[in-house]
Amino acid sequence: MQRALFPALFAAGVTFLLTCLVIGVKLEQVGSELTVTGADPATWGWIATAVVIVFLVQLFQSPLGTLRRRLPAIEAHGLLPGHRLREQLRPWLIALVIVGLCVWPFMVSRGAVDLATLTLIYVMLGLGLNIVVGFAGLLDLGYVAFYAVGAYTYALLSEYFGLSFWVCLPLAGLLAATFGCILGFPVLRLRGDYLAIVTLGFGEIIRILLNNWTNVTGGPNGIGGIDKPTLFGLEFSRRASDGGETFHQYFGIEYVSSHKVIFLYLVAVLLVLLTLYVINRVQRMPIGRAWEALREDEIACRSLGLNPTVIKLSAFTMGAAFAGFAGCFFAARQGFISPESFTFIESAIILAIVVLGGMGSQLGIIMAAIAMTILPELAREFQEYRMLMFGGVMVLMMLWRPQGLLPMKRPHLELKNP
Amino acid sequence: MSDNLLEVSGLMMRFGGLLAVDNVSLQVKPRQIHSVIGPNGAGKTTVFNCISGFYSPSGGAIRYAGKAIQGLTGHRISRLGLVRTFQHVRLFSSMTVIENLLVAQHRHLNTNYFAGLLKTPSYRRREQEAMERATSWLRQVGLLEQANREAGNLSYGQQRRLEIARCMVTEPGLLMLDEPAAGLNPRETSELDQLILRLRDEQDIAVLLIEHDMGLVMGISDHITVINQGAPLADGTPEQILANPDVIKAYLGES
Repeated sequence: MQRALFPALFAAGVTFLLTCLVIGVKLEQVGSELTVTGADPATWGWIATAVVIVFLVQLFQSPLGTLRRRLPAIEAHGLLPGHRLREQLRPWLIALVIVGLCVWPFMVSRGAVDLATLTLIYVMLGLGLNIVVGFAGLLDLGYVAFYAVGAYTYALLSEYFGLSFWVCLPLAGLLAATFGCILGFPVLRLRGDYLAIVTLGFGEIIRILLNNWTNVTGGPNGIGGIDKPTLFGLEFSRRASDGGETFHQYFGIEYVSSHKVIFLYLVAVLLVLLTLYVINRVQRMPIGRAWEALREDEIACRSLGLNPTVIKLSAFTMGAAFAGFAGCFFAARQGFISPESFTFIESAIILAIVVLGGMGSQLGIIMAAIAMTILPELAREFQEYRMLMFGGVMVLMMLWRPQGLLPMKRPHLELKNP
Repeated sequence: MSDNLLEVSGLMMRFGGLLAVDNVSLQVKPRQIHSVIGPNGAGKTTVFNCISGFYSPSGGAIRYAGKAIQGLTGHRISRLGLVRTFQHVRLFSSMTVIENLLVAQHRHLNTNYFAGLLKTPSYRRREQEAMERATSWLRQVGLLEQANREAGNLSYGQQRRLEIARCMVTEPGLLMLDEPAAGLNPRETSELDQLILRLRDEQDIAVLLIEHDMGLVMGISDHITVINQGAPLADGTPEQILANPDVIKAYLGES
């Protein structure tokens, strides 16, 4: 203790001098002369606190050191819980996040909820494309085509046959998956760059088809007045349509327009959770292992009796199905769709989400999707520079973290008690 | 019908103007270790690639268990029970050892998506069976302790053994090993030697082997085919091969 006293006093003195010079006194120009003015008492109080803290820390350095040396054992178990504890905490953490996601919209503005809904659509698209790009290692530049297929499936079925959102949702997924399968079958023999070019072409074909098939899709004018999803038949509008009933009438509450926004948000949350569940399961299923094996060594896979085409096709189809779901929801949320929503830049943004997030990593993709949708909204003043910023971020990311925000760590299957 | 498990007759493989395999024939009987030897560049691996479906042969017939297989794709031939390894180790190196063995059992597993999503009992049972088969093979090749390690982190000899285990979990009828002893030290080679014999005796499979290690080849082979410059040179038991003057001239060098 005695030995620590002098260094402690010295350190406190240095702290005092430095803080005084930096924030304690100020040089101000009065007329042509410089005068020294002191800071306000509150600042002096903070300086004193800092000096005391430095003094005490220096004085008790060795006892603190031994304490810290004793801590790591606790730290390893407490702060970074062991594998088993983490496994135990996991469901609780997930439940907490889900509850948070469901409660949150009731406390914030309508605009924020709307933005969150849009973000969730991108999360779903990112997760879907991740199956194709991240898991199976197939570069798909025309992913937006399946998104468009999903959106138009709902829009057209709703317009011509009056089918509801909940009926169309599986149909949209199924149809998008069928398109994925039809496209994938001939092109999945191609490798890397060639596949990217063919999918790019496919994306454009779908968009141009939608643009020019005027008597069915309405061409560039798009399709408007698409029904919003209902809650077991209850509508979220001010007045019920013929034979319908509205949510506020049924529950006998005042009509609030934000109910609709919150409901859409909750549907999006539900879809994202479903996507996450399916992807998590699939990763651990034989097919998930086969995707990874195929990415690593296609020849070895063939020698073991795995059919590469079928395995790639399953990834392509599954990815397309999620784009179909997202598209269906997108059409329902917007109420209006036109080919303009499905340009190549959308594909690029979704791919950017996957790459930025770290290919294969789901948490990374969620974070990247949030960043990619919220940042442009926050920086609305820089609207014209949006693409510039977008490009800049991409370049920086590739230099700084080419593996993405959170690179994938696939859950390894472990052999218990070998 | 002949009693041969694999019958290759008049196999030709032409790459442009180069005749890499010229009229090679060989017969592998059940429960036999059959070696293919020859100087470097003799076309041994090309023969392998033709048999296992990685090349489509330009001519000739390949019959496995009485069924013509020439021209089939690699994965279909492998599903018939004809599984091979490669000259270079081709493991899924970022996957764990046990996962390597599970991938190999892909076609035996329940790949129905809905069964997997809902974890149905039949799905669990299949996974459990696959795990048990994998465990039992890991024990046989002595890699049980490494089960949860990444395959890429194993030593070279262990990777070679894992490769054989990975072939074996597919329950093949004929195992084709392409230079399995390349790069192994003498002790590992003798372990491999024992392993191959055990596969023949305990698992009742036939082994088709390409190898340069003459000690290994002469010690365990039941039958040897010698290929030189794409053409068959000799065929017989190890004793016959060792006594054949043509072989000594072409392969072992003139003394």
